[in-house]
Amino acid sequence: MKTFIFGTLVEHKPGVLQKVSNMFRQRNFNIESITVGPTEREDVARMTITMKGEEEDAVQLEKQLRKLIDVLEVKLLDPSETVVRELALVKVRADDWRARSDLVNWANIFRSRIVDVSPDAIMIEITGAPSKIDAFLELMKRFELLEISRTGITAMERGLNRIGLK
Amino acid sequence: MLELSGSRALVKALEREGVSVIFGLPGGAIMPVYDALLDSGIRHILARHEQSAAHMADGYARASGRAGVCMATSGPGSTNLVTGIANAYMDSSPIVAFTGQVPRAMIGRDAFQEADIIGITSPITKYNYQVRSASEIPSVVKKAFLIATSGRPGPVLVDLPKDVQTEVAGMEFPDKVEVRGLSSPPDPDPELLGRAAELLAEADAPFILAGGGVRISNAHRELVRLAELLMAPVGTTLMGKGCIREDHPLSVGVIGMHGSPLANTLIVKADVLLAVGTRFADRTTCDADAFCKEAKIIHIDIDPAEIGKNKRVHIGIEGDARKALVGLIEELAKRLKGERSAHWYERIKQVKAKLQNEDGDGLSPPRLLKRLRRLLPDDAIVTTEVGQNQMWASLHFKAYGPRNFITSGGLGTMGFGFPAAIGAKVARPDVPVVDIAGDGSFQMTMNSLATSVSEGIPVIVVILNNRMLGMVAQWQRLFFRGRYSAVEIRPPDFVKIAEAYGAQGIRAESMEEFERAVKAALGSDVTTVIDVPINPEEDVFPMVPPGCKLEDMMGV
Repeated sequence: MKTFIFGTLVEHKPGVLQKVSNMFRQRNFNIESITVGPTEREDVARMTITMKGEEEDAVQLEKQLRKLIDVLEVKLLDPSETVVRELALVKVRADDWRARSDLVNWANIFRSRIVDVSPDAIMIEITGAPSKIDAFLELMKRFELLEISRTGITAMERGLNRIGLK
Repeated sequence: MLELSGSRALVKALEREGVSVIFGLPGGAIMPVYDALLDSGIRHILARHEQSAAHMADGYARASGRAGVCMATSGPGSTNLVTGIANAYMDSSPIVAFTGQVPRAMIGRDAFQEADIIGITSPITKYNYQVRSASEIPSVVKKAFLIATSGRPGPVLVDLPKDVQTEVAGMEFPDKVEVRGLSSPPDPDPELLGRAAELLAEADAPFILAGGGVRISNAHRELVRLAELLMAPVGTTLMGKGCIREDHPLSVGVIGMHGSPLANTLIVKADVLLAVGTRFADRTTCDADAFCKEAKIIHIDIDPAEIGKNKRVHIGIEGDARKALVGLIEELAKRLKGERSAHWYERIKQVKAKLQNEDGDGLSPPRLLKRLRRLLPDDAIVTTEVGQNQMWASLHFKAYGPRNFITSGGLGTMGFGFPAAIGAKVARPDVPVVDIAGDGSFQMTMNSLATSVSEGIPVIVVILNNRMLGMVAQWQRLFFRGRYSAVEIRPPDFVKIAEAYGAQGIRAESMEEFERAVKAALGSDVTTVIDVPINPEEDVFPMVPPGCKLEDMMGV
C-alpha cells in the first residue's frame, strides 16, 4: 500500500465536500484525510485528499473525482516535488516542574510552539510533515496526553508548478 | 429582463428546452409549478406512483434519445422517485427530475414532508442541485439538461423549495450555459486507433462486443460497417441489444450470465476483443478476471473511469463511440488486404438455424417470444420487467434496432417495464410497444394501468405467468436444494385487474389463443394485458452460475 496525495480544485459552495466524501464511501476508497479551504479565487476551494492503496486505486480515484461536476481540477502530486504539511495541537498534563521543563525542551527541538500554558497543562502547536508529527506524538506519550487535534494534510508543489483551472 | 415567478420561469425554461411532456404526480410543495403548467402547452402525464413517473421518463428517454422529465412533490414524493433515478443512473439514461421542497426557512427543521433529497440522491445522480433563489432557475434548468444529456448521460435532480417557486424575480434566459466541471470528451486518440486497427487487422478470431454506449452515441451503423469489414461476429451486452439487427448474419446475440450459447462460446475463443461502450458489468463478463483472458482487449468508452475499472485492457480509447468507430474503420480500411476469411461463419449459420426453430410444444416462453417476434412489426418497441421474463426476452426475442429493446440492466428493477413502456409509447406513438412481463414484476407497478388508460397511451403487456418469483425460484432449485422460500405468489386474476382499470384483459392458454390475443391487442386503441399461464418450474437456460466463468455455461 502506498500513500497518494491529490490536490483538487472544487466549486466553492455548500454540499461539495459531502458529494466528494460520499463518493469515496460509496466506492470504498481508503481515505486518510481530506482538508478543504478557500483559495485565491473566491468561487474556488481547494481540497487536499490523501489516500492509501495501490497504483490502480489511485488512477480510479482520480477518474471518479473528475466525474463529479463540482470538481474542477484534479492532480496527483509527486511527493518528491511537493511540500506536505500538517498542523497538530497537543495538550499535555504538566503539573510538576520537571515535566514542564522536559516539554519545553522537546518542543524546542521539534521547532514547535507552546501556545497555551495553564497551571496544569501545556498546549503545543506543531507543524510539519506527518512523519514529524507522528514522531513528536510518540515522544509525548511519556506524558499524560489530554487531547490531540490534527488538521490532516495540505500540500503544494514546488516551483512554478500549480493546479490551475483550464 | 422578465419579471416572473420561479414556477413560471421553470415552465418557460422547460419549453425553451423543447420539453413536450412531463411525467409526475403533484403534492403540496410543488403546487405552484403545477399551477403554472396549466398555462403551458407541455403535456403532463399523471402517474399513480412517483417511481412509475421516473420509469416513464426513463422509457421515454431510451426510446427517443432525448431527456425524459419527471416531477414530484417533496418528502415521500421525492423519495418515491429514488428507485427510478437509481435505475436511470445505472443504465446511463438522461432524465431530469424536479422535486418540490419545503420553503427555505423550514429546511433542516424536519418540516412536514421534508426529506433531504439532495443528500439521498447524491450517489445516484450525475448531478443534483437545490435552487436557492428564483432568479437562478433559467440557468439551472439549462445546465440540468446539458449535464443529463452530454457525454455519458445520466439523471439530474433539481430541488425546488416552495417559496422559490412563488418568488418573483427578474429572469434572464440564457441561450448557452457553461458548466466548468463538465469536461467534454476528447476526440479518440488517432495513435491508439491505429494500434487498435493493427491488432484487429492481424486478428485470427476477432470479436466485437457492443454495449449501451453504441446506442447512446448512435453508432449502430458504424458498428455494423466495422463488423462487415472485419467479418467479425458481434455480440452485445443487454444494454446494447439491437445495436446490430439480431437477424444480421454477423449478430450472435447477447453475452453474459444468460447469454446466447453462440455468443458465449464465440467470445471466449476470440484472440482480439473490441468492446465498445460497455462497462464490463458482472452480468456480462461473469468472472471478470477469467473473461477473455487470452484475448487482447480494446476498450472504447466515453467515460474514462470505465477503462480499467472492471477489466484490465490492452488498449483503452477514451471518446465517443461513433467517432471512435469512424476512425477505426478508416484505419482498418488502410490495413486490410483481400477478403477476410471467416472459418467460423458456417458454424454460426448452423447453430443459428437450430436455435431459430420454435421447437417443443405448449406455452414455453422461448416459443411464445419467437412467435411474438413474428407477430410484431420490425420497429415495435419491447420493454421487459426483471427476472426470468427479461432473460427469456433477451435470449429469444430478436431486437431489430438500437432503441427497440428497453430493459433495466444495471439496477435490475422489477416493475420497470410497464411504466417504461408507457414512456416509450409517448415518445413513439407510431409503433406498438410491448412489455414482456412476469407476474411478480407486473404487480409492482400495475397501478400504471390507470395512467395508461386515462391518458390514452395504449401499450401491450404480455405476462409470462408462472405464479412464482421465477428467477428466485430458479436459484432456489439450483443453489438452495430446491427449498422454496417466499416465491409462490398466487397472483390475482390479471384479466379482471385489467378490466377493472378499463383496459382489455385476455387470457391465452394455447399458442393459437396467444396469437389471437396479440393481434387483438395490436388492433386495439386501449391497453391490453395478455395473461399467459406458463409452467411454474421452467428454468431459463443456458446459465452461467454465479461466480463462474463464461466457459462454465450450463444447460446448453
